[in-house]
Amino acid sequence: MLVVSDLHLGKSERIARRGGMLLPPYETTETLTRLSDEAAATQPTSILCLGDSFDDRNAVASLDESHTATLQKLQAGRRWIWIEGNHDPGPLGLGGTTLAEFREGALHFRHIAATPCENGEISGHYHPKARIKHTSRRCFMADQKRIIMPAFGAYTGGLDWTAPELRRLFSDTATAYLTGRRTLAVPIPRIAQTQA
Amino acid sequence: MWMSAIPSTFDDWFASRGWSIHPHQAEMAERADAPSLLMIAPTGGGKTLAGFLPTLTELADGEHSGLHTIYVSPLKALAADIRRNLGTPIEEMELPIRVEDRTGDTSSTRKRRQRADPPHILLTTPESLALLLTYEDAPRIFAGLSRVIVDEIHALSESKRGDQLMLCLAELQNLAPKMRRVGLSATVEDPQAIAHFLARHPDPCPVLYADPGPAPDIQMLQTEELPPWSGGGGKYAIPRVLDEIRKHKTTLIFHNTRAQAEIFFHELWLANEESLPIGIHHGSLSREQRERVEAAMVRGDLRAIVATGSLDLGIDWGDVDLVIQIGAPKNVKRLVQRIGRANHTYNAPSKALVVPANRFEVVECMAALEAVREADLDGEPRGRAPRDVLCQHILIRACRGPFDADNLFETLTSTGAFFDLSRDAFDRCLDMVATGGYALRAYDRWQRLQQRADGMWQLRDPRAARQIRMNLGTIQDTDTLKVRLKGRSGRPLGEIEEGFAATLTPGDTFLIGGRVVRYEGLRELTVEVTRRANKPPKIATFMGTKFATSTQLSERILNTFSKENWPDLPKHTADWLALQRSVSKLPAADRLLIESFPHDGRHHTCVYGFAGRNAMQTLGLLVTERMERAGLDPLGFVSTDYAVLIWGLNQVPEPGPLFDGDNLKEAFESWLSGNAVMKRTFRASATIAGLLERNWGHQRRTGRQASFSSDILYDTLSKYDPDHLMLDITRDEAMKGLVDFGRIENMLERTNGRIDHMVLNRVTPLAAPLFLEPGRVPVVGEGRERLVEEEAERLMQAAGLDNLPQSQKPKWRVPY
Repeated sequence: MLVVSDLHLGKSERIARRGGMLLPPYETTETLTRLSDEAAATQPTSILCLGDSFDDRNAVASLDESHTATLQKLQAGRRWIWIEGNHDPGPLGLGGTTLAEFREGALHFRHIAATPCENGEISGHYHPKARIKHTSRRCFMADQKRIIMPAFGAYTGGLDWTAPELRRLFSDTATAYLTGRRTLAVPIPRIAQTQA
Repeated sequence: MWMSAIPSTFDDWFASRGWSIHPHQAEMAERADAPSLLMIAPTGGGKTLAGFLPTLTELADGEHSGLHTIYVSPLKALAADIRRNLGTPIEEMELPIRVEDRTGDTSSTRKRRQRADPPHILLTTPESLALLLTYEDAPRIFAGLSRVIVDEIHALSESKRGDQLMLCLAELQNLAPKMRRVGLSATVEDPQAIAHFLARHPDPCPVLYADPGPAPDIQMLQTEELPPWSGGGGKYAIPRVLDEIRKHKTTLIFHNTRAQAEIFFHELWLANEESLPIGIHHGSLSREQRERVEAAMVRGDLRAIVATGSLDLGIDWGDVDLVIQIGAPKNVKRLVQRIGRANHTYNAPSKALVVPANRFEVVECMAALEAVREADLDGEPRGRAPRDVLCQHILIRACRGPFDADNLFETLTSTGAFFDLSRDAFDRCLDMVATGGYALRAYDRWQRLQQRADGMWQLRDPRAARQIRMNLGTIQDTDTLKVRLKGRSGRPLGEIEEGFAATLTPGDTFLIGGRVVRYEGLRELTVEVTRRANKPPKIATFMGTKFATSTQLSERILNTFSKENWPDLPKHTADWLALQRSVSKLPAADRLLIESFPHDGRHHTCVYGFAGRNAMQTLGLLVTERMERAGLDPLGFVSTDYAVLIWGLNQVPEPGPLFDGDNLKEAFESWLSGNAVMKRTFRASATIAGLLERNWGHQRRTGRQASFSSDILYDTLSKYDPDHLMLDITRDEAMKGLVDFGRIENMLERTNGRIDHMVLNRVTPLAAPLFLEPGRVPVVGEGRERLVEEEAERLMQAAGLDNLPQSQKPKWRVPY
């Protein structure tokens, strides 16, 4: 199973629609291209999108034809699950199954981490980001009980790994796995640190 | 002869103060009807009064209603200063004139009132004026406008603020066709260029010159202690500087950077045994602190002020009788303007001392003094007009109401800066502002500007005007954090750069406002400090401009080198140059000197390009990249205004190919596109052009996910839309600024392949100071990745997590 979180497809369109900036409208292409590459490399039997797959529900309607085609191609011959996020609640009408939460074996998938913590929970929502040596990297945060995944979408910011609302979801000995050319494991600092 | 232009009330008032009207003031009054006039006057030449005299005389009869004159200055403080200065003649002559200022500090109630009932004279800044022009009622506000006075136009003309202002003047001219323009400038190298910049194209713009006054009394400070071999602090001169402060009433001490000003001020106080009252003033200090220093200065309470460029512009500080410039001035024009701050009275010679910070700067200071004596000023030409400012102006125009593209194009091309703008370039800018200008027509329904059936353009959503106003202006805020004393509310000490704050850990100390403070922690967006300073301070890095030595000064230095001997230079410096000539060569203008020598187990190569700091830095990056590819294993480099010193594992056998012009340009293009300078410029220019909002990425640490970095936008745009206009503008702006490739090209042209490669067995006298120079740049390939990995490993070990059984280590495939 391939799991990705927070794709935020259609983000630039949503910002423009609300009368804001006209950002380069290429993030949906970029994100779906990367997702296709991952699917090709890992050949999963299931793909699960962990919520906030679209920046809002209107973004679904304004998807480009080529993008819907890419999604259909990705869904062909495998199980596809959309978990609802706070940005995209309810069924999307794009194939696959839409669920609020999903259980598979000991694992429990949902968009936002629940309190109190359940064992084996995997969630997204916070877009965690680690900083060491003045370098900032998207990261997985994990302890014995849960994992919070980084955002997969091209146009997504991050929340610092030491932000209290994120840090308090983990035990003192939690570890972050930094994305990059090589995956790096780093203990998560306990106190808020200065950022660059 | 000027009696005709100036009413007798004024003449009497001047007489009652024991003043007489200066010839240039009279000439200004006489030629008041000219559509454009530029006045060049030294500081203290009474040029502001000259600018205002025609306004005061025209308003004296009380018949004009509404706005008559707009005065624009680059500094808010200057507007307030002028309001006080104009108050005296207006009160004493009982003139029926209302004067008000309007800046970012003006309350919104007052601003609203000013729009309903404008004063006769409005004192403002380029940004506040642009803001006024976004309102629908602008035509009514400016209907009776008769004159615009642009003060310190020499400073404005060097930045995008000036371009924006001139576009606004073109709009004003449409609203008030009879408006006349007056520019007030300090001494500059090319008055015609500024006249062209000010006037409506192609109107003529006569230039009036005030008597430059007696030649300044300027010398190099003689010290017993020799200047050090490198560095920029000027610490060695402190005892002599204190002597001079004692001998004079008030001394202004200029530095080229804020960090140097801070260090010098700190050291000065350590040596200031008599506790002479000495203050510090620079742009990173809090407003409260700056105002306190300014007030003390005006009262005459201070004997000296350590300052940076923040005091370059013409606020009247009273009795300054000595200016000291620490460090080579880098630019003759700025030196002359700074010298002018001493003796702010007309017709008295200014007295100034120049203090070279190191041995090399002795040569540069001598060259600068010579240039000042010959009144040979320098400056770089303005370059292509910035199209990001143009885009912002289209938005400003759209806020005011529907507009016709042909009319707007005509207005824009009536400015000196944009007179040669092609219709095609304009249309591309308009398209980008309206639709984003992407190859993928994604925003047809959500365009920012829409063309109506009658051909006029307008905002799709009029509510967007509010957002546009909030993002107006061309000044880029660097990411800074406020510094406050812990536990005490409301006492900001100033600001430091975010990048610097990130290097601090609790307990570290640094200098701010001349005091050593201890870093305690970060609270929301504020750096909290205490006074418990128990370690030597780290030095705050302040953005501020790092000036590069001008082309003209570099030429003078090379010219000095070509002389037989140097009787005018201090003996220690002359001996040093003679030694260099005997063991190697001295650099010459038409040849490129390159020295190779071993030192400390590494091969070193020193390139004397004399192209200024920014260009030499760029050259260092380019050449080391080519060396990397040639397998020469460079390890790092350091650059100054004159040279770049590169070290590595292998000797450079034949430097010629490394400096081959065509290849270098090509390498430059590919290097540039991935460069951090480009990303930073993209962010700045895209913000000005309105593609990004000003506070992009700034909601950090407020607990919400921050906006994603503008670097992602740059990368995405480069990948999917490489011909996008914004990338073109970014390249243009980056070339003008920090990259300074133009000066590398000049250097290659000047030397035209004539390379002198000296292979020596030891460090040469001229290269030696470079070994002490700070700012070494490591050459990184895989290096950075390795640093992060090592740090991760170290942290895991420290946390006792490094010996997890291998099988438990999750194996995830992680993209990006």
